[in-house]
Amino acid sequence: MLAFSGRLDIEAAARLWRAAMRAAADRPAARAGEVVLDLAGLTALDSAGATLLLRIAEAAGPRAARFEGASAGVATVLARTRAALAAPGPPPGPPPLSPLAALGRAGVARMRRWVGGIGFLGEAAAATLRALRRPALVRGRDVLRHLDEVGTRAFPLTVLLGTLIGVILAFQSSIPMRRFGAEVFIPQLVGISLLRELGPLLAAVILAGRTGSAFAAELGTMTVNEEVSALRIMGVDPVAMLVLPRLLAATLAMPVLTLLLDLAGLVGMGAVMGTLGFPPAAVLAQLEQALSLGDLLGGLFKAAVFGLVVGGIGCHAGLSAGMGPRAVGDAATAAVVGGIVATIVLDGLFAVLFFRLGL
Amino acid sequence: MIRVRDLAARFGERTIFEHVSFEVRRGEVFVILGGSGCGKSTLLKLMVGLYEPAAGSVEVLGRVLAAAEGDRAVAGRERRALLRRIGVMWQSGALFGSMTLAENVELPIEEHTDLPREARALLARAKLGLVGLSEAAERLPAELSGGMVKRAGIARAMALDPPLLFLDEPSAGLDPITSAGLDRLIRELARDLGTTFVVVTHELQSILAIGDRCIMLDREAKGVIAEGDPRRLREESTHPTVRAFFRREAA
Repeated sequence: MLAFSGRLDIEAAARLWRAAMRAAADRPAARAGEVVLDLAGLTALDSAGATLLLRIAEAAGPRAARFEGASAGVATVLARTRAALAAPGPPPGPPPLSPLAALGRAGVARMRRWVGGIGFLGEAAAATLRALRRPALVRGRDVLRHLDEVGTRAFPLTVLLGTLIGVILAFQSSIPMRRFGAEVFIPQLVGISLLRELGPLLAAVILAGRTGSAFAAELGTMTVNEEVSALRIMGVDPVAMLVLPRLLAATLAMPVLTLLLDLAGLVGMGAVMGTLGFPPAAVLAQLEQALSLGDLLGGLFKAAVFGLVVGGIGCHAGLSAGMGPRAVGDAATAAVVGGIVATIVLDGLFAVLFFRLGL
Repeated sequence: MIRVRDLAARFGERTIFEHVSFEVRRGEVFVILGGSGCGKSTLLKLMVGLYEPAAGSVEVLGRVLAAAEGDRAVAGRERRALLRRIGVMWQSGALFGSMTLAENVELPIEEHTDLPREARALLARAKLGLVGLSEAAERLPAELSGGMVKRAGIARAMALDPPLLFLDEPSAGLDPITSAGLDRLIRELARDLGTTFVVVTHELQSILAIGDRCIMLDREAKGVIAEGDPRRLREESTHPTVRAFFRREAA
């Protein structure tokens, strides 16, 4: 016999739960097959309290428990909760796949994404051809807005990172160079590595982090909100309207960002050289001797290609966003990771290409 | 349960409504109705203490939850204790997208009580059962239809068995059948669990189906233009806007 009185609400249920479970499990009466829950004293019952009572009854055994003395209100809540708990639960999910099948499924999904990427490439190329025939397709105002967001707004960050990289490179290389008395060659080392490799690479990383993710988030939100579908239905090509201005802006902005980063890096290097006792004239002479216009132009060309690819990956990630609250975040992550990986792979290809071409 | 006194809401210079006073009694389904832009949802947000009113005060369950003079409203632990005794279903559901329905319902229980894990899961199941969503317990909000999201919102609002539930547009954007089902659910919960409901809506069908009493807000009048039993208002009111509201949609 368990007697309840007063208010059995969620707070009371929280206080009683553990003790009640123990009592219900241990009672000799339960083993004898007789547990009476006396509810005559209850003045109020909520569904948490009702859940507790029903759980006690269940713990006591299927036929062992009996409710007694429930007022009409209490009985209604009890019945309502009993019905709610008795409703069938979620169907069991599909059984887990065998490791081999899971591997295969992941592989197929990856292949599909690759094919989707190729499809996107084709769409972008087709839209570009159309835009070449009808330049009005690409809105000038959009291009300017994106140029501002991709380019001018990234200038402070680019200058800061460029200067720091120049300072760090010069300083780090000064330590081993000093052992050979070759500090005078630091400008050549830093200049070549900045112009040919680090400038475009770092600018691409900045672009992927700032812009690729922004493209993916913006287009991903539009996709999730069905704005992209609305465009398609209006007969407006979303690739021409949304993707081309962004690609154009990223491609045009990247050489500028890279040039800025190169210059800032050289200035940073010059500052370190100054502290080592080399006047600016000596640094400039070294740079003139080591660097050719080809180094700079090759780097800027690479930068433009990186811009196109990082922008394209960002847009593609956005447009292929799924549903749900995490889709936009996932798209942004895919854009940044994909952009950086693609940049470095491309950089390797360029290294081979430039070597073969003798540049 | 609720006593609203001389409440006013302003956004900058623009007055949404002012001099709004009414009472909600224990166990009734109280409907706030009115056309778009009359401040229904704003009134609801003021009543749960989300904004500070420009004037007046809101007393909920005997405590001042919101007041123009901010220091009169309860704060700290007292406020927390008061807030756990009210539940709100938001217009868009506001379910946490990264959690399953069961986890959504369990969250307030876990936060506010020290029930053991098993009890929390059982309670969440009971709440989802009450709104007829037992089978969807393990699904994510993004996978649900509009009506299911609303019902899940109610289940989460009821997680702590609050004596007072606020519903913002429960039937907006739902088909008539789903909407009628939701109305029936609200009536049953009010009857069986004795919960008091404050419902914001502009759906005539729901108003007549669930409302014990209502107030009607109006954008032009910037305040309450009618109060009482909605069925009697429909028959007897002489106010042109009230008549237009009930007639046009009834036709």
